[in-house]
Amino acid sequence: MPAVLIDDVHKSYGKLEVLKGVSLSVETGQVIALIGRSGSGKSTLLRCINGLEAFQSGRIEVAGHVLDQDPKHLRELRKDVGIVFQSYNLFPHLTVGQNIMLSPRITKNVPQAEALALAKEVLAQVGLSDKFDAYPDNLSGGQQQRVAIARSLAMKPKVMLFDEVTSALDPELTGEVLLVMEKLAQGGMTMILVTHEMNFARNVASTTVFMHQGKIWEQGPSKELFANPQTPELRGFVTAGAH
Amino acid sequence: MTTFGWPEILFLLRAAGWTLLLTAIAFLIGGAIGGVFAIMRLSRIKILRRIAATYILVIQSIPVLMVLFMSYYGLSVIGFELPPFLAASASLAIYVSAYLAEIWRGSIESVPFQQWEASSSLAHSRAQTYRYVILPQAIRISLPPTVGFLVQLVKNTSIVSVVGFVELARAGQLVNNATFDSFRVFGLVALIYFAICFPLSRLSRHLEKVMNASRPH
Repeated sequence: MPAVLIDDVHKSYGKLEVLKGVSLSVETGQVIALIGRSGSGKSTLLRCINGLEAFQSGRIEVAGHVLDQDPKHLRELRKDVGIVFQSYNLFPHLTVGQNIMLSPRITKNVPQAEALALAKEVLAQVGLSDKFDAYPDNLSGGQQQRVAIARSLAMKPKVMLFDEVTSALDPELTGEVLLVMEKLAQGGMTMILVTHEMNFARNVASTTVFMHQGKIWEQGPSKELFANPQTPELRGFVTAGAH
Repeated sequence: MTTFGWPEILFLLRAAGWTLLLTAIAFLIGGAIGGVFAIMRLSRIKILRRIAATYILVIQSIPVLMVLFMSYYGLSVIGFELPPFLAASASLAIYVSAYLAEIWRGSIESVPFQQWEASSSLAHSRAQTYRYVILPQAIRISLPPTVGFLVQLVKNTSIVSVVGFVELARAGQLVNNATFDSFRVFGLVALIYFAICFPLSRLSRHLEKVMNASRPH
């Protein structure tokens, strides 16, 4: 059974249709990159997968949960589906350690000692063991984003979503975040990422999906797709340097 | 005619105690009600939002003096005789609740919406999001305007003198009527108000500076 199954999803904001029948299947352990111009619907699609955006028709099944807007169902689904945002969105009034321990404690009743061990484990995973007691404001953007990834990992998600997670970072800080994501991919995490990092998509994602005008325009094994784009739109997008 | 001496000064200080007590009661009860209305105002349930918005609008649109007259004279007409202290506390609490509800609603809304998204994406319920993520940040944001409002409240307690409750302003009038030493009497009354309000104003200013310095970028 695929980890994520998206079937003919339509979404509009008022009259503006942003997703015009999108279908996509993601196997467990697969890494999928969603690329496309701004306004192509890639971020909206990603946000539909964990229910941050509602859609009008179609069906999404993720980690065994069928998406609807029932708050209780959404909470169960979100225990299994992590998301990392462009703007990190750490909780500024909590330390790094507290940021990570909060959700396992209050949503899964993980005991304090266990949550502590878990937090240390995921922080080590993103290479920030020494920042346990720091506040987010005292970290660089790259470090904050790695903490955000660690915070998601502490929920032991089955699927991870990444929404342009390096777009707000200075070029010299994107590398450290991409490295963490690459390690996650190698560890077998199922990942869907919206990205402008074409090299990362080509080298780390097994499949790349090019979205255009609210549709999946072209998809295929990443290396093939970038080497030999079939549609003029993707050809234009790839040669324009992606931005 | 008596002269303005220690007994009169002590009388004023005791009255200042009533002003403080009235302020505290109005603030605590009004704050509790205001907190509920602030949350209601932001509820996902339309009817709760409507009720809260209407309450806030109505209370903010009528002078607190009218609320006081209604609870003191109005209720006595239909058979409920409220003692002045109770009428005064209730009226001020109602006034406080509407203003604090608005201040706190604004504070809650000024927490970036991404914090809501991040919290709910981590499987937190709406109540958990309020408790662990939004309110701790909103309370920090709300401290300077809340303390600032407290200063207004201290001064506005003087209106309850009209129903005969002897707080600081009313005590000043009584002492003046007995001594005709208006300048010194009201000078002292003003000084006592100032001694209460000035530290609070400074605290509000200080909190504002601290909050600005540590505002997340």
